[in-house]
Amino acid sequence: MTTSIHQLDDGAWISVNESREVNVSDLWLLARHDFCDCELADFLAEGFVEVGVEPPVIDARIAGRCIVCGTEGVTDWLTVGRVVDPADGEFYPVDFTSVHVPRQRTRLARPE
Amino acid sequence: MVTKVEKWKDEVYGNEIREHLMRFAEEGWDSIPEDEHDEWFERFKWWGLYHQRSGQESYFMMRIGTPNGVIEPGQLRVIGEVAKEYATGPAANPEFGEAVCDWTTRQSVQLHWIKLEDIPEIFEKLESHGLSTQQACGDSWRNIVGCPVAGKDKHEHVDAWPVAKDLHETFKGDDDHVNLPRKWKVAVAGCDQGCGQGDINDLSLEPAVKEIDGEEVEGFNVRVGGGLARKEPRFARDIDVFVRPENAADVAGACSALFRDNGDREDRFNARIKFLMDEWGPEKFRQVLQDDYVDFELETAGEDLREAYSYNAGDGNGHGDHVGVHEQPDGNYYVGLNVLVGRMGADDTLELADLADEYGSGEVRLTQRQNIIVTDVPEENLDAFLDEPLLEDYSPDPNPFMRGSIACTGTEYCSLSIVETKNRQVRYARWLKENVDLPDDVEDFHIHLSGCTASCAQPQIADISLRGMKTRKDGEPVEALDIGLGGGLGENPRFVDWVEMRVPADEVPGAIGNLVANYEAEREDGESFREFVEARDEETLADLIEPEETDYEDPYMHNTKMTWYPYVEDDSMEDSPAPTDGAGQPLPSDD
Repeated sequence: MTTSIHQLDDGAWISVNESREVNVSDLWLLARHDFCDCELADFLAEGFVEVGVEPPVIDARIAGRCIVCGTEGVTDWLTVGRVVDPADGEFYPVDFTSVHVPRQRTRLARPE
Repeated sequence: MVTKVEKWKDEVYGNEIREHLMRFAEEGWDSIPEDEHDEWFERFKWWGLYHQRSGQESYFMMRIGTPNGVIEPGQLRVIGEVAKEYATGPAANPEFGEAVCDWTTRQSVQLHWIKLEDIPEIFEKLESHGLSTQQACGDSWRNIVGCPVAGKDKHEHVDAWPVAKDLHETFKGDDDHVNLPRKWKVAVAGCDQGCGQGDINDLSLEPAVKEIDGEEVEGFNVRVGGGLARKEPRFARDIDVFVRPENAADVAGACSALFRDNGDREDRFNARIKFLMDEWGPEKFRQVLQDDYVDFELETAGEDLREAYSYNAGDGNGHGDHVGVHEQPDGNYYVGLNVLVGRMGADDTLELADLADEYGSGEVRLTQRQNIIVTDVPEENLDAFLDEPLLEDYSPDPNPFMRGSIACTGTEYCSLSIVETKNRQVRYARWLKENVDLPDDVEDFHIHLSGCTASCAQPQIADISLRGMKTRKDGEPVEALDIGLGGGLGENPRFVDWVEMRVPADEVPGAIGNLVANYEAEREDGESFREFVEARDEETLADLIEPEETDYEDPYMHNTKMTWYPYVEDDSMEDSPAPTDGAGQPLPSDD
């Protein structure tokens, strides 16, 4: 089965296989990133701007702000979770409190 | 490529959603296929139902659109009864109790903890009394706002209530306008004080006079493209069009049709008409409107009354709300009651309905400052009404910090919000009332708390704006607020300057106290707060805000979004009873 992903409610949610899985308002620690000058950005997720899939990984670009330096903007691609087995479609979210490394490219969600 | 939401809307949208909603209600929560939750929740919005946040699955917020905030005799009791019977969830709010009504900044009503299975009964009860949830949310004509005392105001230029009512009746359920690229917010105002807040709406009809064929005609000028959300605030722009009251629906419908056909359906973040206005500018907008959407010659704009706008105008001379006792043109009085953060318990709502019947005509009106007005009180009833015990809690003469407080829904129920809002703002207002003195000549002081950038509490037009954020305190993530200063409306509206960011929520009352003290110490004689802010740069202003801990205690510093309900003892997601069945009993989990 194809993994269906999209953002919902003004970017408040990422939905995976029609289930609301990842919500805004968490703090993500970002390393090796271009978002701001902080070595480790402490990034507040305020809205999901784009979602993408690179099986089994689900990625998103997130609008928000580094709460250390105040820089606002949109991140590069961050892994928000995985769908390991497309047959059952179960989503395994990443632990947002661990350190994440944004990537510059991903495959966009397949528009329907 | 259109968005997924547009695809869902193409399949089923507008009035036809109702039959599906009723079928699901009949068959119960479990009957909505899990893989169709997103699309149905998106569609249900059109019928005023917003699925509550994570941990509260199967419960809905229900919004009732009351045009211009007018709640006709008898309707307040119905709203209170619906709230009491159906808007009770698995836990009570410690400040407000079990069942509450929220009066919103768009003169609507919001109820929470509504169960899908109860919707048919609720709709039947509301609709049999002339109330409806139709288009209260979703991508179409939202509740029309305006001066809350339209038709009962001594400052009235044109009675806008019949126009607002006509637009409401025309465009609710109109198949040509039910599926727009995004929400469509309309303000219609006829008073000369600017109470309609038209400048922050997608479409604003504001009072104007124009000489046509030697005759002075009273009507409206048209502005388009206002809005506050997503850190992209815009004031509506003058498109140089005058409209007579009898043509208002034609021109408003033409604007809505233009939006329908030209708004961005490929990117919902770029869909509001303010972005089309950015792209086109008012001249092109007017030209397209004239060429393609009306079959008569549009009049150029008339002479507006903006110079007289005194509502939230920031000059220290106008009025900041409709609280208090005011005479109507017919010799009766309206009494504006302060409802702190717009929330009233169902029992209080029912009691107020009785009082409105006993002392007035039974009509009440909602304001864009989350307050409620009892209209048509004869002079001989005033004293007895003002002596009613209920008015000790909903005062017509409150402390400025109590009357100036607005808060959105917040993390109590909302998916978008980053912080807890209503209970926090209640605690802020009480602390400020006890601990901070405004200069004697300052009667209106607006503090708006919005949980996120969606800006439902309209933070950009407050004296002090608070917007949900996070920060770390002693290494731990805590709820925080950005602080903006000096916003307001009037002839020359102004959005706040954001001057201090990420202040831990427990240090905000101290910051406001210090700021007010610095304002009092440094202001010129009679200088309003907005004038004070306008006269200083952001760096100077930031120095005047000195966040500090005080004896204010904030019980919501933790990540309230990670709880199923922030105020219960066992608040973790695992303790949530949701989803529940129609009787409120937890449904078996899939795990």
